[in-house]
Amino acid sequence: MPVREIAGKTVEFDGEGFMVNPDDWTPEIAEELAKEEGIDQLTDLHWKVIEFCRSDFQTRGEPPTLRRITKAGGVPTKELFALFPKGPAKKVARIAGLGKPQGCV
Amino acid sequence: MKKLLVLGAGTAGTMVVNKLSHVLDRDEWKITIVDQNETHYYQPGFLFIPFGIYGKNDVIKPKRDFIPPGVEMIVSEIEMIEPEHNRVRIAKDNRYLNYDFLVIATGTHPRPEETPGLTEHEWRKSIHDFYTIEGTTILARHLRHWPGGRMVVNIMETPFKCPVAPLEFVFLADWYFHTQGIRDRVDLTLVTPLPGAFTKPRAARLLGNILEEKNIAVIPEFFVERVDPDQKLLVSYDEQEVPYDLLVTVPVNMGAEVIERSGLGDELNHVPVDKHTFLSTQFDNIFALGDAANLPTSKAGSVAHFAVEVFTENFLRYIDGLEMIHAFDGHANCYIESGFGKGILIDFNYDVEPLPGKYPLPGIGPFSLLQESELNHWGKMMFRWMYWNILLKGKEMPITAQMSMAGKWT
Repeated sequence: MPVREIAGKTVEFDGEGFMVNPDDWTPEIAEELAKEEGIDQLTDLHWKVIEFCRSDFQTRGEPPTLRRITKAGGVPTKELFALFPKGPAKKVARIAGLGKPQGCV
Repeated sequence: MKKLLVLGAGTAGTMVVNKLSHVLDRDEWKITIVDQNETHYYQPGFLFIPFGIYGKNDVIKPKRDFIPPGVEMIVSEIEMIEPEHNRVRIAKDNRYLNYDFLVIATGTHPRPEETPGLTEHEWRKSIHDFYTIEGTTILARHLRHWPGGRMVVNIMETPFKCPVAPLEFVFLADWYFHTQGIRDRVDLTLVTPLPGAFTKPRAARLLGNILEEKNIAVIPEFFVERVDPDQKLLVSYDEQEVPYDLLVTVPVNMGAEVIERSGLGDELNHVPVDKHTFLSTQFDNIFALGDAANLPTSKAGSVAHFAVEVFTENFLRYIDGLEMIHAFDGHANCYIESGFGKGILIDFNYDVEPLPGKYPLPGIGPFSLLQESELNHWGKMMFRWMYWNILLKGKEMPITAQMSMAGKWT
């Protein structure tokens, strides 16, 4: 498990770049991870999605699916793709310091 | 008299009543099963129909043939589950069915109407599905006269039933068009929201290689927003387009509407349960089994089978007030038809990805894991007999419910 320095903290990541412990997360880390994902500036709308995912994770114990972010988080899917291009559910889970979403086989 | 009510007489529901009717005391328990129709479909067989390998009659039998004596079967729509009152309202005679324990096994179903453009004027003309008996038989007719062109097989959203079926479909399509002598006129593409042919690395590598050998293109991480039936395009949320002449789609899958109406489901109407015991996260006398549950594993008959075995042992303890000590591990076991009389077998669970090896007897087999073989194909063909005669009736299979590492190479 690679451990690395990010935003002034030492954080453990899994082989695919997802944080191992969601409690290590800070907003500063999110900004760094967003840059790694090609998002230079996190807007209010980005934060709304990130915060929804974090709070949903607290209550349900798993990162929300795309459909859940749209339905329960209230952000249209199309907008999610504009905010977090390519795979929004995976990308936001990584930036929010959550594990990789359970892709089903 | 205690009442066990099972909703849904598909693979999971039928296995549950067969298992439990043998072990619950008939003087103490009344078992009732409700389903909205009379016909049991051998769903794994739907895959073979478009290619003329099976016909409609190969995949249907009356549900009642598999309901054991002593179990009451009611054919009716299910209107509402009312967990606060421990009862279920059904359409037939507006009856209420009371229960002490409820097992929800209402499955998951294709919902093509969830995707804009899919079920309009081109539905079942240039757009087809193979997860329903109507869809798969109409597609069979269509393929017999299809002159070739761009065939796109696409997955709308995960999770969906039998996650390996779209792969099998393109493998079989490759074989079928070869036998028809038109393979050189067919462009085959698989479009998926997943990162590749499969989610787990070793299986993804093997299956990726086979796809390449067969000249089948894969477009990964493609999330369809809508279909343009006139331009014949799949359009993604980020404005990418994939053109087709013939689209074979795996629609969005959702649990039964009664789950939504009753407030028991997640966004896709699948019932949240404990992933090791299947007990509802909301009610301590409700379980969900098979595709109806929101387990983080494949929605497949093999999972339902292993789940029912674990559930049965636990349930006998639970009704006596004992702890449920048997934990389901997410075991799944799938044959993957790879065309030209061969197949692949994979065996995995929540934690262990599909690995190569021999199954079910370590070192002997006869089946080979994560490897193409003719025997694997025959295993799949024999499985239909096993399904009707052993599996559904709840008889013992010579394989264990928990996944075993014996015979696997790591």
